[in-house]
Amino acid sequence: MGNITLSQVTKTFGDVEVIPPLDLQINDGEFVVFVGPSGCGKSTLLRLIAGLEDVTSGKIEIDGQNATELPPARRGLAMVFQSYALYPHMTVRKNIAFPLKMAKMSEAEIKKRVDHAASILNLSDYIDRRPGQLSGGQRQRVAIGRAIVREPAAFLFDEPLSNLDAALRVGMRLEISELHKRLATTMVYVTHDQVEAMTMADKIVVLRAGNIEQVGSPLELYRTPRNKFVAGFIGSPTMNLIEGPEAQKHGAHTIGIRPEHIEVSASDGPWQGVVGVAEHLGSDTFFHIHDSGLADPMTVRASGEVSFRHGDRIYMTPRTDLIHKFDTQGQRIA
Amino acid sequence: MARAVTKQRKTINTIAAWAVGLLIFFPILWTILTSFKTEAQAISDPPVFLFFDWTLENYGVVQERSDYMRFLWNSVIIAGGSTLLGIIVAVPAAWSMAFVPSKRTKDILLWMLSTKMLPAVGVLYPIYLIFISLGLLDTRIGLVVVMMLINLPIIVWMLYTYFREIPGEILEAARMDGASLKNEILYVLTPMAVPGIASTILLNFILAWNEAFWTLNLTAAKAAPLTAFIASYSSPEGLFYAKLSAASTMAIAPILILGWFSQKQLVRGLTFGAVK
Repeated sequence: MGNITLSQVTKTFGDVEVIPPLDLQINDGEFVVFVGPSGCGKSTLLRLIAGLEDVTSGKIEIDGQNATELPPARRGLAMVFQSYALYPHMTVRKNIAFPLKMAKMSEAEIKKRVDHAASILNLSDYIDRRPGQLSGGQRQRVAIGRAIVREPAAFLFDEPLSNLDAALRVGMRLEISELHKRLATTMVYVTHDQVEAMTMADKIVVLRAGNIEQVGSPLELYRTPRNKFVAGFIGSPTMNLIEGPEAQKHGAHTIGIRPEHIEVSASDGPWQGVVGVAEHLGSDTFFHIHDSGLADPMTVRASGEVSFRHGDRIYMTPRTDLIHKFDTQGQRIA
Repeated sequence: MARAVTKQRKTINTIAAWAVGLLIFFPILWTILTSFKTEAQAISDPPVFLFFDWTLENYGVVQERSDYMRFLWNSVIIAGGSTLLGIIVAVPAAWSMAFVPSKRTKDILLWMLSTKMLPAVGVLYPIYLIFISLGLLDTRIGLVVVMMLINLPIIVWMLYTYFREIPGEILEAARMDGASLKNEILYVLTPMAVPGIASTILLNFILAWNEAFWTLNLTAAKAAPLTAFIASYSSPEGLFYAKLSAASTMAIAPILILGWFSQKQLVRGLTFGAVK
C-alpha cells in the first residue's frame, strides 16, 4: 500500500515560507509527478514526505498512519537522489543490500533479493564493482536497485535523470515507467522537465512558489489548464499567449493558442506575420513568427514538409475551438 | 593549452627542486652528521663534512647519562594520548559543524582558530598556576590535556574540512535506507572519512611530538618528553655539540621515520580541499 495524504502542510526556512498551507492526496499505485520551475518548492515537498525535512505545521499520513513525526527510516519509503548518492566505499551488491542489512534480514534472503533486483536492472555483470567504476546510467540503476529491494510503500525520485545525457535520459525514462507498470507501487517523482512529467505521470502536480497551481492527468493539464501559468508551463513548444484587441474579440484578457493548433498558409488566414527562425526537427518544423501584432514571437508547429524561409510572409489560422481564454487574473474562463 | 616543457627546462627544474630540498634538509643532515663526530671535530674550523672519524661514542654517552627510553615513552604517551583525546572531542564537534551548521558555525570555527594566534607565553602564567593548584605539574596526564587543548582547533578544522567533502545526500540516503544514527556513522560516515581522520591523527601526533614550549615549561623530570631530553644537552658551558646532536638525532628519528612512511597520506591531508 502507498497512500500518502498531506493536510495543511507548511514549511518555512527562517522567515521564508517555502510551502504555504498545502493539501494533497496521492493514491496507492499512482505515478505522481511534481513539476515546476526551479525554486518552486517541489524538492522541498518531496523531502517533507521523505522526512528529510520537518514540516513546520500540518500533517503527513502514510497509509492512514500519522507519519509527521516519524524519522525517514521508519516511513517505509525509498528515495532515489539526483546525485544517485551511492555509498562509494561499497560494491554494487553491498549498496543494494544496505537497506536489507539495516532491516536485519537474513543473509540468504538478502542475496536472493539483491540478485533479483540486479537481474531486473541489468546490473548482474557489475555486481562486484564500485560506484566509481560505473557510468552515470549504471549508477542510476544501482540507486533504483537499492530502492526497490526493500519493497517500499512508495518510491520518491528527486530529479533522477537530470545528471544524464539526453539519449540516456530517454532510455531511463522508459525504464522507470516500465518499472512502475511492473511493480505497481506508488511513485512520487520530482522534475523541472515538463516532457518527463507528461510522458511518465498518471497525475501531475504543477507547483509555483510552493502553491499547487493544478493537479490532473497530463491530458487534463494540456487540454484545460486552469490558469495562464499552467498553460505556459505544460506543452512544448509553449503556448502562445496573446493579449490586447485580439483577446478582447474572444471576450478575454488573454487568449492562448498552442503552436500545434495553428494552420499555416502562404496565401490566406486571419493572422499574418514574417517568418523569423525556422527550427527543422524533420518530422515537424517550428516557425517563430514576428510582426504579427499578436505575441512576439508567435510559435507555430507545422509538419516537416511545410517550407517557409526567413523573411517570408506567412498566414495563420487558429483552430478557434482550441483557443484558451483567461481573465485579468490569469484564471481560465470556462 | 598545456605549457610546453623542454628537456632543458625539466633539468633546471629538477636541479632547483633538489637544491631547495637540500637547503631545507641541511640543518637536520648536519645534526645527524655531527652526532657521529668527536666533540673536537664538531667545532672544528673549517668544518668537516664527511671525512672525519665516524664514532658512535656520543650515542653511548647520551644513553649512559640519561635514560632515552623514558623520554621516548613520555613523548609517545603525550603525543598519542593528546591526539586520541583530541579526536574523541573533535569528531562530534566537526560532525555537527559540517552537517548541522548553525548561523554561528563559521564564527565559532574562526574564533577557535584565533586562539592559535595568541603567543603561548601569554597564558603560561595562569596555566602554570592552575597546574600547581591541581597538582598537574610534571605529570603526563597534565601534558596530555594541555597538548590536546593546544591542538584541538587544528584537529576540529581539519576534520570539519574533510567532513564537508562528504555529500550530505549520501547520509540522507543512509537515513532513507533505514540506518539509525549509529549505523549511519558506523557504516557510511566513518568508512568515507577514514583517510581524513587518519591524516588528522598523523599531523596532530607530529605537532604534539615536536611541541617544546609547554613540554619544557610544565615538566621537570618525571613527565619530560624528548624535547626536554634535547634541551638538557644544550648548555652554555662545556663542549656538548656532538652529544646535543646525538640526542637530537635520537629524538627526531622516530617522528622522521613515521613521517617518511606516511608522507603520501600527510601531503594529501594537508592539501585536501585546496585541490580537487
